[in-house]
Amino acid sequence: MKENPDTQARRVQDDLRLNYGPNKKFITICAGTGCRAYGSLKVKDALEAELKKQNMNVEVLATGCFGFCEKGPMLVIHPDKYFYQQVKVEDVPEIVSKTLAKGEVIGRLLYRDPDTKKTLFREEDLPFYKKQLRVVFGRNGMIDPTRIDDYLAIDGYQALGKALSEMTPEGVISEVKKAGLRGRGGGGFHAAFKWEGARRAHGSPKYVIANGDEGDPGAYMDRSLMEGNPHSIIEGMIIGAYAVGAQDGYIYVRNEYPLAVTHLTMAIASAKEAGLLGKNILGTNFSFDIHITKGAGAFVCGESSALFASIEGRAGEPRAKYVHAVEKGLWDKPTALNNVETWANVPLIINRGADWYAAIGTEGSKGTKIFSLVGKINNTGLIEVPMGTTLYEIIYDMGGGIPNGRKFKAVQTGGPSGGCIPESLLDIPVDFDKLYEVGSMMGSGGMIVMDDRSCMVDVARYFLAFLQEESCGKCVPCREGVRRMNNILEDICAGKGREGDVELLEKIATGVADGSLCALGGSAPNPVLSTIKYFREEYEAHIKDHRCPAGVCKALITYSIIPEKCTGCGLCIKVCPTQATSGEKKKAHKINNDKCTRCGACIESCKFEAILVK
Amino acid sequence: MVNLIVDGKNISTTEGTMLLEAIRGAGISIPTLCAHEAVSRSGACRLCVVEIKKGNRTRIVTSCLYAAEEGLIVDTKSERVLNVRRLVMELLLARCPESEVLQKLSKELCVEPQARFIADSDKGKCVLCRSCVRVCEEVVGVSAIGLFSRGSHKTVGTPYNEKSDACIGCGACVYVCPTGHIEMFTTGDKRKIWGRTFKMKTCDTCGRYFAPVDQLKYISKKTGVPLKELAICMDCR
Repeated sequence: MKENPDTQARRVQDDLRLNYGPNKKFITICAGTGCRAYGSLKVKDALEAELKKQNMNVEVLATGCFGFCEKGPMLVIHPDKYFYQQVKVEDVPEIVSKTLAKGEVIGRLLYRDPDTKKTLFREEDLPFYKKQLRVVFGRNGMIDPTRIDDYLAIDGYQALGKALSEMTPEGVISEVKKAGLRGRGGGGFHAAFKWEGARRAHGSPKYVIANGDEGDPGAYMDRSLMEGNPHSIIEGMIIGAYAVGAQDGYIYVRNEYPLAVTHLTMAIASAKEAGLLGKNILGTNFSFDIHITKGAGAFVCGESSALFASIEGRAGEPRAKYVHAVEKGLWDKPTALNNVETWANVPLIINRGADWYAAIGTEGSKGTKIFSLVGKINNTGLIEVPMGTTLYEIIYDMGGGIPNGRKFKAVQTGGPSGGCIPESLLDIPVDFDKLYEVGSMMGSGGMIVMDDRSCMVDVARYFLAFLQEESCGKCVPCREGVRRMNNILEDICAGKGREGDVELLEKIATGVADGSLCALGGSAPNPVLSTIKYFREEYEAHIKDHRCPAGVCKALITYSIIPEKCTGCGLCIKVCPTQATSGEKKKAHKINNDKCTRCGACIESCKFEAILVK
Repeated sequence: MVNLIVDGKNISTTEGTMLLEAIRGAGISIPTLCAHEAVSRSGACRLCVVEIKKGNRTRIVTSCLYAAEEGLIVDTKSERVLNVRRLVMELLLARCPESEVLQKLSKELCVEPQARFIADSDKGKCVLCRSCVRVCEEVVGVSAIGLFSRGSHKTVGTPYNEKSDACIGCGACVYVCPTGHIEMFTTGDKRKIWGRTFKMKTCDTCGRYFAPVDQLKYISKKTGVPLKELAICMDCR
C-alpha cells in the first residue's frame, strides 16, 4: 500500500527528533549576516576548536538571525538556554570550561536590563523578546538553515503533508482565507483572494512567486528569513502552488543578499532530494519546481509587474495593472505573487489552523508581523509582534527607547515611501489600516526611529533622493515630479527655500500620487506629505527664519562653544579636520565659523556637551 | 457593445475598445503624447488620465490602456484629472523648454510654465514617450535603439551611444516622435541619424535619392523580394 504523504513526512521527523532530546547539550549561535559581520563565525570556529581540545562532544549550530542584532554575536547554550551576548573569541575558553563543563554562568556575557539593572539569564526574559510573539521568526534561532533535517525536526513540511493528504486545493485556500492572511510585502492584499483568482484564471502554466526584493533602507527582515529559515518559505510556496494549481515557482532575491541566495539554493536542492519538491511530491500526482532569479538591485523590481519583467529578462519597469497579475502575470500567465514573509506564514496556518491564526492580531489584520527596528533606538534588531501592538510598545518596551536620553521625534514606517509618524500617535495599534489612516503604511515592515536631532525636512529630502534614483523613469509624474520635489527640498535644506514652497510641494505630491503608473510613484510623496502634515512648523522655520531647529541642515546652523561648559581639554581641536577650533589648554575654546564645515566631529568628541548647535 | 457614461453623456462602443478611443469617438478631446497608432501602448506620459467610477470606488486611470466597461462612469475633466494633467505639462515644459509641440499643447490646456522649476538644458525635446523605441522594435523589427539608465537619468539611444550596426537608417523613429527630438539629416546621397551616416539609393526610374541602401537590403532580406525590385521609389511605382 502506498504510504500516506502525511505519515511519510511524520516518520522522517520522528527519526530526527531523537537527535534533539530535551536534555541534549548543544549551542546555537546566530550566524545571520549582522552577527557574521560582528565575527560570529570566528566565535563558532573557536568554540568547536575549544570543545575538541577539551574533549567535549557538544554540537555548535550556526543558526539564522536571532533578531537582537544590537548585541551580536550571541549564542544560546542548551538545554539551560543561557543567553550570551557580545561574545568574543577570547570568551570562548571560559564558556567551554565553565558553562559547558560545569554549568556555571559567566556574568559579564549575560544581558543586564538597563532599567532594573537585573542580570537576565534567558532569551525569553529579555525585555526585547518578552512582548514578542515569534511564531514565524523565532524558529530561525532553532535550526541550522543549511540542513533540511533541522527544519523537519521543528515540524517542517508537516503542513505540506497535511495539505496534500487531507486537504483539497480549495480547502487550502479557504483555510488561508479564514485565517485572514494579508500580504506582508506592503500592499496588504488578502493572499487567499490572489490564490483563488489565479486558480480560477484561464491559462497555463500558472506560477507562484516569492518576492524577496527587499530594498528599503534599513529593512532586512526578509533577508533574515531567507537566510535563517529558507524551508519555511519553500514549504509555503509548495502549499500555495498546490492551492493555485501551479507547476513552477520563482523566488526573486537580490544578488546583494549572497547568503540568502546560498541558503535558498541549498534548501531547494535538499527539498528536491527528499521528494518534497519536484516530480510527484510525497508520492502524489502533484509536481512543482522552484527556481531562483537573482535581481540586480533595483528597488522598483519589488513592484510586481516590474518583478515579472525582470524575471522575463526585460528591464525592470512596471506596467499598468488593469488586468490583474492573477490573470496575466509572469509571461502573461496566471500568477500568485507574495512576499517571502507571507509565504512563511502559510505552513503555520495549515499546521495550527485558521482559528488559531485568526485569534492573533486585530479585526482587519491577522497574525504577526516582523519589523526591523533601526535608527535612533537602543535595541536595534528584528522583532515579531502580533498585529495591533502599539508603536509605543515596540519602541519603548522592545526597542528600549532612544539612546543617550534623547527625545523621540518620529518613526518612519513602511520604507522610503512610507510616512513619518509623530509622538502624539505612538499609541496607535500597528496594523495595515491604521498605518494607512495616519498617512504612512505597513510596507514590508521597516521602522526607522528618529530623535530630536533629526530634521524632518532633511529626512523627507533623504527619502526623496533615494526614490528619485530608484524611480524606473517610465512615467512622467514619478520621474520628473519626484526629482522636482527633491530639488525643492534640497533648496529648503540649503536655506534657499521660498515662500509658497510647502504649498507647491503639496500640490506636486498630490499630482504624483494620483498620476503615477505604479505604487512606487503612487506612494513616493508620502515622506513629503506626512512630514508636512506633522512637522509643518519645521518647514516654515527653514523657509521663513532660515533656521534648522534640529541642527542638521548645514547651511542653516552655526557651531559655538559654551564657555561655561568647556574645560579646555583640547579634544575638539585634535579632531577638527579644518582647524576651525582653537584655544589654549584649560581655557574655553572657540570655533571659527568661516572655517567650520559643521561635520560634527567636535560634538562627537566633546565629553562635556560644550558645543552648541544653533 | 458596452455602454458607459462619459462626462454625463451616454456612449456605446465595441467591447475591448480602449477608453481613449471610446471618448475621442464621442467627440471629447483627450491630450496624449505617447499613444501613437503605429505602436503598442505604454502609459508613460500620463496626459490621457481620466477619473473612473465603478460602484462606490473612484480612481484615476490612463484611458489609453483601460478598456471600456459596461456601466463605467468616466469624468475626463475632474479636479484630480486636471491636476495630474497640469502637473505633467509643467514637468514636461521644465524638461523640454524648447519644444514647440509642448508649448502649443500647454496653451491648449491653459498651463503656464512653473516658475519654481529650473528648466533643463540637457534633455533636448525628448519626453521619453518611447514611441521611437517601440516602432524600432515592433514595426521595423531591428531594435537599434533602446532606453538606458533609470529615473531622471533615463535616455533613449543606441547601446553605449555608439554607432549601431542594427540601425537601417529608415527614420521610422523620427516619424513617430511627437516632439521632433530625433535628428535626421538627408542631403544628396547621405543620411545622418543616430551618429551614423547611411548611403542613399537612387530610384532606377527617376534617379532621385529615396531610401538608405541598408534599409532596402533589410526589406529584401525580410520579405524575400529581390533587391532589384525594391530599387524604384514610391512615386515611380
